[in-house]
Amino acid sequence: MAFKAQLTGKIMFGIVVGVILFLFPKIASQHFSLVMLGFFASAIAVLGFNLLFGYTGLLSIGHSLFFAVGAYTVAFSMRSSIFSMELILLITLLVSGLIAALVGAICVRYTDIHFSILTFAFAMLLYSFIVKFYYVTGGDDGLRVLMPHLLGFNHSAVPKMQFLMETYYYYALIVACLATWAMWRIVTSYFGLSLKAIRDNPVKAEYLGINISRYRWFAFIISGMYTALGGALLVPVIGHVDPTLSHWFQSGQFILMTVLGGFTYFLGPILGSLVFTYLQDTLMSVFQYWRFFFGALLAFVVIVAPGGIMGGIDSLQKKKKGGV
Amino acid sequence: MQKAAILNASDVSKFYKEFCALDGVTLEIRQGEIASIIGPNGAGKTTLINVLTGLLRPTAGKVYFKGQDISGIGPQKITKLGLARSFQLLHIFPEFTALEFVKIAIISRQGKGIHLFSSIDKDKEVKEESEEILHMFGLYEKRDVLSKNLPQGDKKLLDIASALALHPEIILLDEPTSGVSTSEKNRIMEILLSASERTGIKSIVLVEHDMDIVFSFSHRIIAIHHGKVLADSTPAELEKNDEVVCTVMGQKECFKTFSSLLSGSREGSKRK
Repeated sequence: MAFKAQLTGKIMFGIVVGVILFLFPKIASQHFSLVMLGFFASAIAVLGFNLLFGYTGLLSIGHSLFFAVGAYTVAFSMRSSIFSMELILLITLLVSGLIAALVGAICVRYTDIHFSILTFAFAMLLYSFIVKFYYVTGGDDGLRVLMPHLLGFNHSAVPKMQFLMETYYYYALIVACLATWAMWRIVTSYFGLSLKAIRDNPVKAEYLGINISRYRWFAFIISGMYTALGGALLVPVIGHVDPTLSHWFQSGQFILMTVLGGFTYFLGPILGSLVFTYLQDTLMSVFQYWRFFFGALLAFVVIVAPGGIMGGIDSLQKKKKGGV
Repeated sequence: MQKAAILNASDVSKFYKEFCALDGVTLEIRQGEIASIIGPNGAGKTTLINVLTGLLRPTAGKVYFKGQDISGIGPQKITKLGLARSFQLLHIFPEFTALEFVKIAIISRQGKGIHLFSSIDKDKEVKEESEEILHMFGLYEKRDVLSKNLPQGDKKLLDIASALALHPEIILLDEPTSGVSTSEKNRIMEILLSASERTGIKSIVLVEHDMDIVFSFSHRIIAIHHGKVLADSTPAELEKNDEVVCTVMGQKECFKTFSSLLSGSREGSKRK
């Protein structure tokens, strides 16, 4: 009975969230809806990041690499006159999967700080490449990104804001939902359990016959593809790509979002990216030194609530149950 | 008639820089036997297990499993060949429930770990088999408890249960009863022996400090000292060899064991 009640509770929660997300552009201001689009993109990116961090136990400080790969793939595709968003997303997944396979093959041979430093190095390598190869990448100035065609429709006649609010919002929402659902399937699958085993105790996992480096490699590839998908989804909103997308500061934001929301929970990173995106937006507009605030916030979460927001909610619920 | 050897070490040596942990060890484990490896602390028992299970590559010599050279091929490949082990120090997945702990072993054995989108919860076959194994180990009631919250003895059992779920041909148990109260020791041994029988394990290698357990359960005892094989004989023969027993167990233990031997306190031997 308790289980059934819990399940219905979850379904109800899902429906409420779904309705709010669906109606959001109609009820909230244009500005907040735009921020929402940023949230969809970063939510997908951190879902990927956390497959590696929360589920496999590998902390990447270089996921900005994949974010930038996704973003620049959109820019380059449009330069080559490919405007179909579906095709672009497919190319993004292929390109990022390939790059993740190459980078991952090197990185997953190491763990702990060595792994983190290596991913960091690769991201900064891409950053310097983008900055230096001006003629290809537009250097510091970046590249302009036009409005893509969604499901074969050309939207260039529609004003950009209208396109983003009325069409692209729902497109991104659906992609984000599908990505979240697929990730849920992955973490509750045989593969997901194997990753958790590797995270908890790699030696024991190996003695159960799990090929730990191969599994870490697969996780790395999926993770990279997710983050690239997030990057690709973001650029039509901001309208251009520039090297900061690949800077380690971007990776740092993924880490902060994940820790803020609670990396041991599936929904943690998503919630974290929601809170982060809105906090950043609000703080940036009122406070010049908003980064100072985020530094303090990160310290606060790590010291006071290591389980993040989800951990906080969880312990509150447990307290409530214990009290009754 | 002697049965065929399943695991052999031939002239295996292992050096850690200058230090010699194993010095020309030659031994074989035969089908259908329970062989114990004994020796004082620092004798090289765990190093030997690590070499036998392919975790460490011997500095010299070779290890063969079913005639195949397995020296240093690594735990993952060796597990796939049919050799499993448990650990002296606790090796658990702290965030796994007891049920998940056994499930992961079965999934790995069946080669399903790579299935990206198949939900574990919907796999009845794996669930049933896991529950059956937990039943054997008396852990069924605790199947939903996180393994980090289980008592020490149960953690040890879970480690062994997951190793048995791999359906190995041979299992190496590195001090399965260390860190466990005396009353629990016999329970653990009995559970694991009956479970091994039911899962069709051919041979068991036991590393153990508790001489009561070693002498009651083993068919053969291999004594190691300073990285060398000191004796390799049946328990009955070894009991007669005072010198070896004293070296292996140290004076204090030696005295204790012998006085108990003399008083015949182990008449209720459980040896099979």
